[in-house]
Amino acid sequence: MTSRLGGVGMTLAYERRVVARDLTVAVPDRSFTVVIGPNACGKSTLLRALARTLRPTAGTVLLDGRDIHTMRSREVARTLGLLPQSSVAPEGITVADLVARGRYPHQGLLRQWSTEDERVVAESMAATGVTELAARPVDELSGGQRQRVWIAMALAQQTSLLLLDEPTTYLDVAHQIEVLDLCARLHEEQGRTLVAVLHDLHHAARWATHLIAMRDGRVVAQGDPREVVTAALVEEVFGLPCRIVEDPETGTPLVVPRARRGRQSGPVSAG
Amino acid sequence: MSRTRPAAPPPRPLARAVRIGTRSVRWRGRSVTVGLVAAALTVVLGVLAIGGGDYPMSTADVLRTLTGGGTVAENFIVGELRLPRLVTALGVGAALALSGAILQSLVRNPLGSPDVLGVTQGASTGALIVVVAGGGTLLLSGAALLGGLATGLLLWTVAGRHGVHGYRLVLVGIGTTAILTGVNGWLLTRAPLMDAARAVLWLTGSLDGRDWAQAVPLLGLLALLTPVVAGTARALSLIELGDDTATALGVPVSLVRQLLLGAAVLLAAGAAAAAGPVSFVALVAPHLARRLTRAPGPNLAAATGTGAVLLLAADLAAQRTIEGHQLPVGVVTGLIGGTYLVWLLAARRRAARI
Amino acid sequence: MAPDRRRVGVRAAGLGAGLLLLVAVTVLSIAVGAKQLTLAEVWHGLVSPGSPEHAVVQQMRLPRTLLGLLAGAALGTAGALMQALTRNPLADPGLLGINAGASAAVATATALLGVATVRGWIWFALLGAVVVTVAVHAVGGGRQATPERLALAGAALNAVLYSFVSAVMLLDAASLDRLRFWTVGSLATADFTTVATVAPFILAGLLVGLAGARPLNALALGDDAARALGASPALVRAGTVTAVTLLCGAATAACGPIVFVGLLVPHLVRALTGPDLRWLLPYAAVLAPVLLLGADVLGRVLGRPGELQVGLVTAVLGGPLFLRLVARR
Repeated sequence: MTSRLGGVGMTLAYERRVVARDLTVAVPDRSFTVVIGPNACGKSTLLRALARTLRPTAGTVLLDGRDIHTMRSREVARTLGLLPQSSVAPEGITVADLVARGRYPHQGLLRQWSTEDERVVAESMAATGVTELAARPVDELSGGQRQRVWIAMALAQQTSLLLLDEPTTYLDVAHQIEVLDLCARLHEEQGRTLVAVLHDLHHAARWATHLIAMRDGRVVAQGDPREVVTAALVEEVFGLPCRIVEDPETGTPLVVPRARRGRQSGPVSAG
Repeated sequence: MSRTRPAAPPPRPLARAVRIGTRSVRWRGRSVTVGLVAAALTVVLGVLAIGGGDYPMSTADVLRTLTGGGTVAENFIVGELRLPRLVTALGVGAALALSGAILQSLVRNPLGSPDVLGVTQGASTGALIVVVAGGGTLLLSGAALLGGLATGLLLWTVAGRHGVHGYRLVLVGIGTTAILTGVNGWLLTRAPLMDAARAVLWLTGSLDGRDWAQAVPLLGLLALLTPVVAGTARALSLIELGDDTATALGVPVSLVRQLLLGAAVLLAAGAAAAAGPVSFVALVAPHLARRLTRAPGPNLAAATGTGAVLLLAADLAAQRTIEGHQLPVGVVTGLIGGTYLVWLLAARRRAARI
Repeated sequence: MAPDRRRVGVRAAGLGAGLLLLVAVTVLSIAVGAKQLTLAEVWHGLVSPGSPEHAVVQQMRLPRTLLGLLAGAALGTAGALMQALTRNPLADPGLLGINAGASAAVATATALLGVATVRGWIWFALLGAVVVTVAVHAVGGGRQATPERLALAGAALNAVLYSFVSAVMLLDAASLDRLRFWTVGSLATADFTTVATVAPFILAGLLVGLAGARPLNALALGDDAARALGASPALVRAGTVTAVTLLCGAATAACGPIVFVGLLVPHLVRALTGPDLRWLLPYAAVLAPVLLLGADVLGRVLGRPGELQVGLVTAVLGGPLFLRLVARR
């Protein structure tokens, strides 16, 4: 396994609150890596460290073998994109304008809008299905549409690595599936490496090609979801007693929480 | 070129740009129109401003004098009295508006302005100290500049340790403003009545009797800072999307913030040194520019132009509205600006933000 | 629940300590000044007419101290109410245009009607405060008012009114001379008439404000949650704005616009009591006069042989404290 992006011996902290100590992870190339774990386990913090928006107090983040904090901002931004959990759309900005801002790392004072920029922005909007919305103000869109616009902006950045922090939060179930399918397509068709933090174990198991399970700032398990997602692991990471069945659509593991005592029906095997 | 997922091409280009070779500059129709109209208004108002007063001159006379064909008297009146005042007005308006536009964008708050951050009050404190001590006009300008800069430095040291975060900056600004307001009020009671009157005139903001000594340093400051601001303007429009997004797009957020904060403080202090803390231009001009251009983002250039025209027009109104009386320009900008904001709020009842 | 009862006990004890502090500052305020009095002399001055201390205490120190108590309680409570109403820990009464309204009315009265005494100004200042508060509320959206819109409307009207005040001061030197002493904020001109004039307004405002503690607590959770809990947001807002206007209009009318007390005290108190207004309001009402009177006494000591205006002292004392608070967050 080769890896362009990873962290070695990282200590991650906000002000004085330490979230993770001596954390080492590697993102396999051309994978769709998903990070899971209970609330406050440090998964978003890990993503922020990998994206260079949080500086580790110890250890290093490596991108293509170099310490990411010694690289020029723009250079990193041409390789590594991030869709943060919360972004602010300035009032009245149109979809096309917002997506166009993703071109920043490829532009300059005298290279403000090349034909290449135009093409890439159009393609990004087409890939996320927001072309029709190009002239609409972002604040008038629905949550699902808005999320696709932000993803389009990250795509316009044209990075081979893309990090997404909980891209499905606040979306209804259909839009969640839509966004994840979009991510899978970016991964399969364009060969990008994706890292996403997800809350839903089922989504993680179904779409990820590589899974990282975290708890209390440590990596508990990682690897192919079919091997990683076991009843024992879910119990260890989330404290949730469950059974694992096979997803009838994809054959990936499906986590079924145990019923409370007295509401069980059918055979119960010893988990 | 074959793509698996053919996209319907957008009906028209996503953005307009002038391209020469690999170079390209983006433009927007409305923004260019706003710029042209602002330039035209500046010329018309400028000719009016130079032509009017105790010694009226026709438009032809004004143009003839400006192009070097004036009589000795005309040359003196235009070159030494009216032109410097005009240039100071434009410079002060431009500097305040640019400072306001930067700060509104930096702190992500439509009420962000040098007044909110206390820079203006700091300049006033400097000026008032000179008034109480009985110093002259030049010393007063210098003290105002120093006061503004010192306040900026205070903001930086108190709020800047963690990269000048927007919210913290506003908090520190509010605190600083309140302290300085108290100090200024006290200083005003320490001065003899004649000096107090002079101080109030200064505190209101006035262009009366401004000559090249005020205009030239301000123009120099603008010439120095405009390239810096222009160079970081695009980065600023990304910071509006949130710190994480901006960082991910390759913007050195902390550096850009500190650079722009410094520029905004310098511009506001420079403007205050030249004309006193003229109120509301810094707040209103960026709003007005945004409504005119309908472009998202900080709209720095449009705001600068709007501010210059606004202050010139306000000064003209201040000189001509009441026969025989010259109001200080700050009174007019406050009244006009405040009324505009009230109207804006009343007209847009549903929107919670501006 | 036991822990809850204990917390109530601690808070009540804290309030008691605050009251003791208030008594101490009150005594100091009567004792300290150009003529220093001992405790015994203070007592004599209060109870025995005809003693040499009596004149000083009755005519100068006592009304001044009473005004400080009233104005302090008013400013602290008004600040806490404003911060709750706008859901903004940085709001202060100045934000609603109250100071600007009072200033504009006082300026008009001085320049056009020749009113030159604090006693004459009070009614104008109150009227100005009321008119501007109503205007801010109307411009800010009336029944649909949101905190943001109120703040914007306040800022807009502030600008207009202060421009007007500057214009008045510039056109009329006599007005400038009188107004500049009023604008710093001072307790020095207090007499019993002033105290008697503003006291009913401040007491009424305190009552309305304290009555609003419970519904405002509900409103802090958002309009929908408040409605679900049985409070009417529009009514609560109107009541709170009324209370703030009464409190602040009266205090500003009597002492001029004193900065920082309304902003700082609720901020400090919140660290002691948490956001529950049923505790926060009484604490603010007790501790704000401690700050105001303390600052006034300090102004008398530091400014000898004259005195420093209390508005300056609160700004210079409170400001750095506020900055420290902010920087630590």
